[in-house]
Parts: sequence; structure tokens; C-alpha cells
Amino acid sequence: MNVIVCVKQVPETTGVKINKDTNTLIREGTKGIINPFDMYAVEEGLRIKEKLGGEVIAISMGPPQADEALREVISYGVDDAVLLSDLAFAGADTLATSRTLAKGVKKVGGFGLIICGKQAIDGDTAQVGPAIAEKLDIPYVAFVRKIRDISNHTLVVERMMDDGYDVLEVTLPALITVVKEINEPRMPSLRGKMKAKSVDIPVWGISELGISEEEVGLKGSATQVIKIFTPQRHGNREMLEGSVEKQVDQLVSRLDDMKMI
Amino acid sequence: MDYFLTEDQNMIKELARQIADEKIMPVRAELDEKEEFPWEIIKVLASSDLMGLCYPEEYGGLGGGTFENCIAVEEISRACIGVSVCFAGTGLGAYPILLFGSEDQKKRYLPDIASGRKLAAFGLTEANAGSDASGIQTSAVLDGDEYVINGTKQWITGGGEAEIYTVIVMTDKSRGSRGASALIVEKGTPGFTFGTKEKKMGIRASATTELVFSNCRVPRDNLIGRAGIGFIVSMRVLDRTRPGIGAQAIGLSQGALDTAVSYARERKQFGKPIISFQAVQHMLADMAIQTEAARALVYSACRFIDSGAKNISKVSAMSKVFSSDVAMKVTVDAVQVLGGYGYMRDYPVEKMMRDAKILQIYEGTNQIQRNVIGQELIKEYAGKKDNR
Repeated sequence: MNVIVCVKQVPETTGVKINKDTNTLIREGTKGIINPFDMYAVEEGLRIKEKLGGEVIAISMGPPQADEALREVISYGVDDAVLLSDLAFAGADTLATSRTLAKGVKKVGGFGLIICGKQAIDGDTAQVGPAIAEKLDIPYVAFVRKIRDISNHTLVVERMMDDGYDVLEVTLPALITVVKEINEPRMPSLRGKMKAKSVDIPVWGISELGISEEEVGLKGSATQVIKIFTPQRHGNREMLEGSVEKQVDQLVSRLDDMKMI
Repeated sequence: MDYFLTEDQNMIKELARQIADEKIMPVRAELDEKEEFPWEIIKVLASSDLMGLCYPEEYGGLGGGTFENCIAVEEISRACIGVSVCFAGTGLGAYPILLFGSEDQKKRYLPDIASGRKLAAFGLTEANAGSDASGIQTSAVLDGDEYVINGTKQWITGGGEAEIYTVIVMTDKSRGSRGASALIVEKGTPGFTFGTKEKKMGIRASATTELVFSNCRVPRDNLIGRAGIGFIVSMRVLDRTRPGIGAQAIGLSQGALDTAVSYARERKQFGKPIISFQAVQHMLADMAIQTEAARALVYSACRFIDSGAKNISKVSAMSKVFSSDVAMKVTVDAVQVLGGYGYMRDYPVEKMMRDAKILQIYEGTNQIQRNVIGQELIKEYAGKKDNR
């Protein structure tokens, strides 16, 4: 069974800059890393391949430099990769991104399962995975912490919840997003690294995907970021004094006064 | 310093470094404390293809040489030489087969070793035979189509954990060192057992045991090369693997230097980081000079060996002696830079200092290496007419 893994190159958290006109992250020129959650998706894809055979294909939407991220996942054992890149894709929100990725996934075709990380550490929306499934009209399960069983037709997973987990059975093809509890990603291999160096990674833009400019990027986005700012810190704090018992009494009465409890 | 590594060599370095940082550094103290063989790490090294660096592609390896292997050993050693000796020790066990084995032996054993499915180990040392290989008492007597082995090998790296052992035995005692032969013995062969695991000062993640042979029978086909060349096999193998000890030494020195410099940048006394004091700077400078000089020598030795040169004993011995003496000094100084903290097990340098000592001892003590170098000098200069 072929597995498609969605991978995003994200800026290293220390080097984040914002475009003041579009209020979105500037991705060009900043050092990129693979979104950490996507590494769990890659690992789970490789484990399914080891169990059922088939290939793992990585797909990413991003600027040309996202090619590095795709080469990196190939060094871990991913068989093939496709980069969706076009100037028209810039400034996409989750809707336009998932629309574009869904087109790419469709063009790759022949998959039994799509795996995404639960969210990207830059936008933190956790929307793109489920939205891709919606566009493709296939079932999805988000926040998967374990694949209990997988065959070529069905999948049984544990979905992480706040207070425990659900066990769900879904028919394939389907999409899942995974949390870090699902596995421990492997190390790359030397043969993988050698392959990554020389492999040809196709780049698909709007013409290859057969999608119009109006559907992608900033133009195809339903939301626009109006303003982005760092909230100001208010230094209003008060230290409670006295014994632990006294401090607790004070705290309780203050919270009571504020109608917090 | 840029040593102009090839793209593939840089890839090996990067990969070994990533494994060292992510998989070895976090557990090295625990492996040392528990004296636990690092199987989890060996599995990672195997699936990353690093176990196969120095074997030809036809036997499942990556077709590299001594240098490629040493680059990996160096990076792993930056984190822990207890782990790197487990990695390098399997190469030591495999080299007799690689250099002197028959085609059939290579096909039978090397693919499993190159893939990391099985580890190999080399058995030379005995209670009364180390540097003096002619003192070997373990005997192998031909009985029909089988050799019957009796005797005990001592301090064998990888003992009990490895599956494939290349063992130096006496097949004709009357001929002294010319009566030694190399045999392959697989774990599980009746009559082949292991003594208790030694308790060591350092490299405690590695297993060191006795190999005990009691009427252990192996097929005659397990003889490497021919009878009587066991001593030559050992010397040729060790000539090629000694730069690996050098690589352990430079990795260890680098690890100690890294720790000492970052500590000195953070530790404040008299209102300043201690790295601003010249006394500390000079110690760190000397550590850096020695480490870099040792690296340059080890890399040159590796490249010389991989060039196919024959007269490698001298330079191979030099690379081992110099860098292991450096590692001892650098790790002692790293402990000094860290002061009281350096003496505590909470910091990695006390382990590094304990670990360093073995490098001056195993694969031939540094005194024996100097004998080798001296003997080579005598030979070289005997041929020269003008000694001025």
C-alpha cells in the first residue's frame, strides 16, 4: 500500500520574521527545519511500508527551498517526493493550502493512507490535515497516538483525547494526523542520504496541478491576517507572604473575591 | 580545519554526529554506570548503514576504506568511546576474514557483519600472551576434517555479545610464532563458552570477557588463510585497525575540549567567566593544538593506508601512540578546567578521563608501538648510505 506523507518546512523558531504587508511569516531566506510532528508521520509511513510493502511518497507545499526538507525525509527512507511550489501559492491560509495539497495528492494518486503531523509548529492551526481529507472526500482521524491494526482496506487507530483515547476503525483510503506519542522516529541511513543527494524531485505549480490562481495563495484564502503582534506583558503581580497555610487562605479569599471560584 | 573530505565522507561524518548527539550523549552516563552493552545504539548504527562502511559492496558493505570507518569512529567517540569500541571492535574481528579469508568465508560471514545483523570479535590476548604473541597457549589440533580447540582467551572485546570470533591459536607449538593460525569460531559451537564479564575502569559500556575453549570442534574450512600465518594475520590486521584507536582518541579529545570550553565560558569566578583568565586559556589552547595535530596525523595515516601502501606499520603505530597520549592528557586537563565539578560524575569529563587510559593500552601498548616505530627506523636507516 502506498502512503503519502505531508511534510512542511518551518522556520527554526529562533529565526522567525513577519512580513509587515501580508502579516504572514517570511519563509524565504530563513533557515528551515522539518516540522517536528511531520517526522512522526514519516516514521509511521515507513513502518506501514515495512509491514505491508508499497512506497512512501512525501509531498510539501512551499518555496523552492522546501526541496531540502523533502531530500531530508528521503534520507530517512521515503521513496519519492513532490514539491508544490509556485509564486501564486504565497500567502495561503489553511483553506488555500489544503486545496493545493489535495490537488497534489490527487495527482500523485494510488494511495491507501495519507499521514500528516498533528499541526505545524509555526502556524499551529492543526487544520490542514483534516481539510485535505475534506477536499478529497475521504475519512480522517486527527491526533492518532497508535495504529492498532492496518490492512489494505481498513485501519484501526487510537485517537488521543484529553482524558483517555478513542478506538476507531476507518475504511481506506483515509487520512490521519499523528501526535508525538505514536512512535520514535528513526535515524537517517547513509544509503538514504546518498539517494537524497541525487534524486530528482519534481516541482508542480498551478499549471501542473490544473488549478487557477484564484484558488490558491493569498487570492484563494478565505481568511486574511489583519494584524500580528506580540501581546504586551503587564507586570502586575503580587507576592503572598507568610506561612503556607496563610498564603493558601489569602489566595482562596482573593480568588473568591474575584469570583474565580 | 577543513580536511577536504569528499561529499560521501562528509555525509558519514554528519550522520555519525547526529547519532552521537541524539542517541549516545543522552545515555552514555547510564551505560557507563550500568556497564550495559549498547545494543539499542548498535541497532541504530546498523540500520543507518554505518556498520558496513569498510566492506566491499559485493559483501553488502559501502565500499569505503580505513578513513571512512575512522570518520565514523571519531564522531561516535566524541560522545562515548565505550560505544565506539563496540562499533570498531566488530571491524577488528572481521578484518582477518576481509584481508585473508577465502571467497567462501567472505560470502558466508561479511554480509551479516556489514549489515550489523551480527557482530564479530577478535581473540588474540591470553593470560601469558599479549604483546608477545609467541606465548599463545590456546591450541588447535587437526583431527580428521576438524580442528579441536583448547585454551582460554582473555579480555576479548565484544565477548559474549558477538556471534563471529576470529581466534589466534597454536596449530604447531614447536614453531613458535610461526606455528600460530587464525580460526573462525561461531558463538554456540559446542565447547565454546564465555567467562565472566570483566569490571573495568573505563569503556564500561563495552563487554570484555574470556573465551573458553574446551574440546571445541570447528570445521577445517574455518581456517583463515593457511596454517602458520596467524601471527602475520594479526600484525597485518592490527596495522590497519590502529588508526581506529587514533580515531577514538581524537573523538574523545574533541569531546573533552568541547565540554571544557563551554564550561569555561559559563563558569564565573571573580566576576568573570574563567575562560577570560589566561591560565585557563592556555590550557584550552594546548588541548586544541594537540587534538588538531593528532587529527591531522590520524587522517594522514588513514589516507596512506587507503592508498594501498604496504609499509604502513610505522605510520599506523604513530597515529595510535600520539593521539592516545594526547587523549590522556587532554582528558586530564578537561577535568582540571572543570575543577571540582570535573571530578563529579554529574559531568562527563571524569568518565572521559577514565575511558582515555585504555587507548594507551589496548591494540598494543604505546610502549610496544614505540618498539614497532623503532624497529622500522632501524630498517629504514640501515638502507641509507649517508646518515647525516
